[in-house]
Amino acid sequence: MSSTLERNAAGRLVPTEVNGREQVPYTGVGGHRPSGRKAAPRVATCIDFPDDGDKRTASLTEALEQVGLGDGMVVSTHHHLRNGDTVGNAVFDAAAAMGRRDLMWFPSASFPVHDKQIRHLEAGVLHHIEGSMNGPLGDYCTQGRMRGLGVLRSHGGRWQAIQDGEVHIDVAVIAAPTADAFGNANGVRGPAACGLLGFALADSIYAEKVIVVTDNLVPFPCLPWQIQGNNVDRVVVVDSIGDPSQIVSGTTRVTQSPDRLRIAELAARFCAAAGIMHQGFSFQAGAGGTTLAFAIYLRDLMRAAGVTARFARGGSNKYMVEMLKEGLVECILDGQTFDLDGVASMRDDRRHQDTSPFTSYNFHGKGNFASMIDVAVLGATEVDLKFNGNVVTHSDGRLLHGIGGWQNCLAARCTMLLVPSFRDRIPVIVDRVTTLCGPGELIDVVVTERGIAVNPRRQDLLDAVHGSGLPIRPIQDLKAELDRLCGVPASPRCSEQPVAVVKWVDGSIIDTVWRVG
Amino acid sequence: MKPEIVRASGGPLGDDVRSDLNVSYEPGLAALAVEVKSRVDFLYAEAIAAAVRRVAGAMSVTTGSLRVDDRGALDWVILARVECCLRRAGYGGDPVLPEPSPEVAAPRRRERLRRSRLYIPGNQPKLMLSAGLYEADGIILDLEDSVPPAEKDAARLLVRNALLAMDWGGAERMVRINQGALGHLDLAAIAGRNVHTVLLPKVEDADRVRAVATELRRLEGGAEAPFLMPILESPRGIFDAAAIAAADPLVVALTLGLEDLSAELGAPRTAEGWESFLARQTTVYAARAAGVQPIASVFSDLQDEEGLATYVRRERDLGFDGIGCIHPRQIAVVHREMTPAKAQVERAVKVVRAAREAEARGLGAVAVGSKMVDPPVVKQAFRTVALAVAGGLLDPNWEETER
Repeated sequence: MSSTLERNAAGRLVPTEVNGREQVPYTGVGGHRPSGRKAAPRVATCIDFPDDGDKRTASLTEALEQVGLGDGMVVSTHHHLRNGDTVGNAVFDAAAAMGRRDLMWFPSASFPVHDKQIRHLEAGVLHHIEGSMNGPLGDYCTQGRMRGLGVLRSHGGRWQAIQDGEVHIDVAVIAAPTADAFGNANGVRGPAACGLLGFALADSIYAEKVIVVTDNLVPFPCLPWQIQGNNVDRVVVVDSIGDPSQIVSGTTRVTQSPDRLRIAELAARFCAAAGIMHQGFSFQAGAGGTTLAFAIYLRDLMRAAGVTARFARGGSNKYMVEMLKEGLVECILDGQTFDLDGVASMRDDRRHQDTSPFTSYNFHGKGNFASMIDVAVLGATEVDLKFNGNVVTHSDGRLLHGIGGWQNCLAARCTMLLVPSFRDRIPVIVDRVTTLCGPGELIDVVVTERGIAVNPRRQDLLDAVHGSGLPIRPIQDLKAELDRLCGVPASPRCSEQPVAVVKWVDGSIIDTVWRVG
Repeated sequence: MKPEIVRASGGPLGDDVRSDLNVSYEPGLAALAVEVKSRVDFLYAEAIAAAVRRVAGAMSVTTGSLRVDDRGALDWVILARVECCLRRAGYGGDPVLPEPSPEVAAPRRRERLRRSRLYIPGNQPKLMLSAGLYEADGIILDLEDSVPPAEKDAARLLVRNALLAMDWGGAERMVRINQGALGHLDLAAIAGRNVHTVLLPKVEDADRVRAVATELRRLEGGAEAPFLMPILESPRGIFDAAAIAAADPLVVALTLGLEDLSAELGAPRTAEGWESFLARQTTVYAARAAGVQPIASVFSDLQDEEGLATYVRRERDLGFDGIGCIHPRQIAVVHREMTPAKAQVERAVKVVRAAREAEARGLGAVAVGSKMVDPPVVKQAFRTVALAVAGGLLDPNWEETER
């Protein structure tokens, strides 16, 4: 690629062109403002579709043929079936059998089950992937073996890219736990029930062609319709869209690690001491072992203080549902359900509302929920002395995680990173993050098992927790302890060849992932 | 005669190993080769190889090959594991000791809170890294029951290095040594290495305490020897409790091990604990008679938090000052239950104020209102106040602020 590199406002070298498209280097929080009209698919007419509403097609291959899948097109799938998803692989197996080449896969996220796509990358069926890449797929990208550059976006950033035309989806294939022949679909019923289909919503509206794949066809109307059949071109019925045991875990596991429990407890106590946990407040907590434990400690503190939350943003799970039933939380605004309790609650309880990245995170929305949350707790792979965060790469530069909603959640009134101070021997608090994903000005508190660092920009928080007995320490102090304990790490050597870029929530490029090995 | 040099290895292997390493040595005639494989090689390959070579150099190892399979171990763990492997191979020479942590020289104190003590197996360095974060009053690096016989040598070196390198805040730094001759090897390794208190397992007579005290004084030379905490774990030990508690001025506390005792008694340990009632009371009486602290046994059901709380209350009410903990999550429960009731604290505060006033006025007798208070009650009141401060019930500066 003939792209040149430019230093962005965060001081990071980023390519000026990615996969043939000109790019905007990150200009700071709130610095970039895409303009123009929203992108849209071609006009459709109902007269092209059957009057009886039956859009069933015999097979996925046939459906792909009928919607005109061609070489070089952009094909999207979604991660609501998580590691149980079989549709993401089936689409490209079918495309390969059809002899298609140079496709771009635009998943809302990838999971280990999608490592099989490496075959299609090698064979030329896939040109490149714009979405999270972890494990073997992450290594494949980080080793520079993919033809195009990887593009990592947040859940909100994916919606932004679709809406402002940065990515135009040719064919969206939506795995639906329940659907009717018209294409109405939901995730709350069926053998592969996963809760909601919010990650596929943008695709259903903006993609040129939309295929719904289901293993649980119900007579029209499929209620509720989280995906509207009016946006759907074809419906394919298959034996199975996924492995339920890999979609939602039957039981949600709270961390047993004493260190992680301590981090979670310190974070919850911080919320109480800082006055964040006030009557009618709101919080966001995911389903990771530590954030799950955070929610449980917070629940106990809320009970003790007699405080209830107006709403909680999930990742919902059994514990959050219990809080809803107990009245500690008045409503759940749910982005994805992590267990069957969450699925059942979303189906049966009006106070448990399914959401999408549009309502929660979208940069092009007229506001979104993320900035209305009192506190969001997140993980990270690294944090630096300026509170900048990394969530996508390991300290050796290899891709490790997708961004998910992480960048979007930084808009919360208080963002807390819950991280161990070191992993193996590798300090999590570093001089400079390997890959910049979140600007330090948006990260307020770093909670480790060795103490809590508060961003000096948040003097209000520092004042609020003064005298609380919590182990508040300057971040430099924590880092000095880690350097003493672990030994000062050497600087890892990266190449000067970009293999992927990290987008900021507005579509600009905040950092580059470089080839390793 | 020079000992024969043999093939040797040590340390855990496997994908789930964390913060530890395996070291193996192969004798040979060629110049020493060092091969490092590590999860963290991209940041620490050079540091690891340097640590390995330093130990090899200090032990005059010039030939053969040393292989390291590292899983993110800290420097002091690497030094100990390499030293252990080379000693097993037949090499002698001086150890390379880790850089001492700036805080480890915290002074030992005879009178201190000993509400909780956290046991950490001596051959599991991973568990030592965060041991100080859970605010246990004491941390016990165990060389005895939690370490299998084949790993005693490794644990001894790991514990020695941990005592030098690790900062556990204000916790009392304790080591439980082995019985018999092994115990003397343990003492030689840890003497002078920032150990505050040594726990002696299965003590059955006062002579054992005196022998260890003498050995420690000899090892320490002019320096102060560590305190001792004998553990009574047999009927014989229980019947000599008074003599054991008073055996030497280094003894600061007396404790008992109910698991072994129950086995010897042929009376399984029950929740009610009647089978060990005499042993527990005897321990309290003997300790109080000798002016040392009585400390209760561990509670082994990790999942049963309510059971632990009940146990702590019962032992506290028998007169024990502290409880052994086998998992960090037990510590908060122990501290909560060891904290005296509010009414008790209010009474104690009055007595302590009266005692301070009497002292200021040079009076021998302490009076609250018109009532005289006996010296043991005054002493107990000071203890209650200290417990209340540690338990968060009383501000540390209560004397200035709460009047």
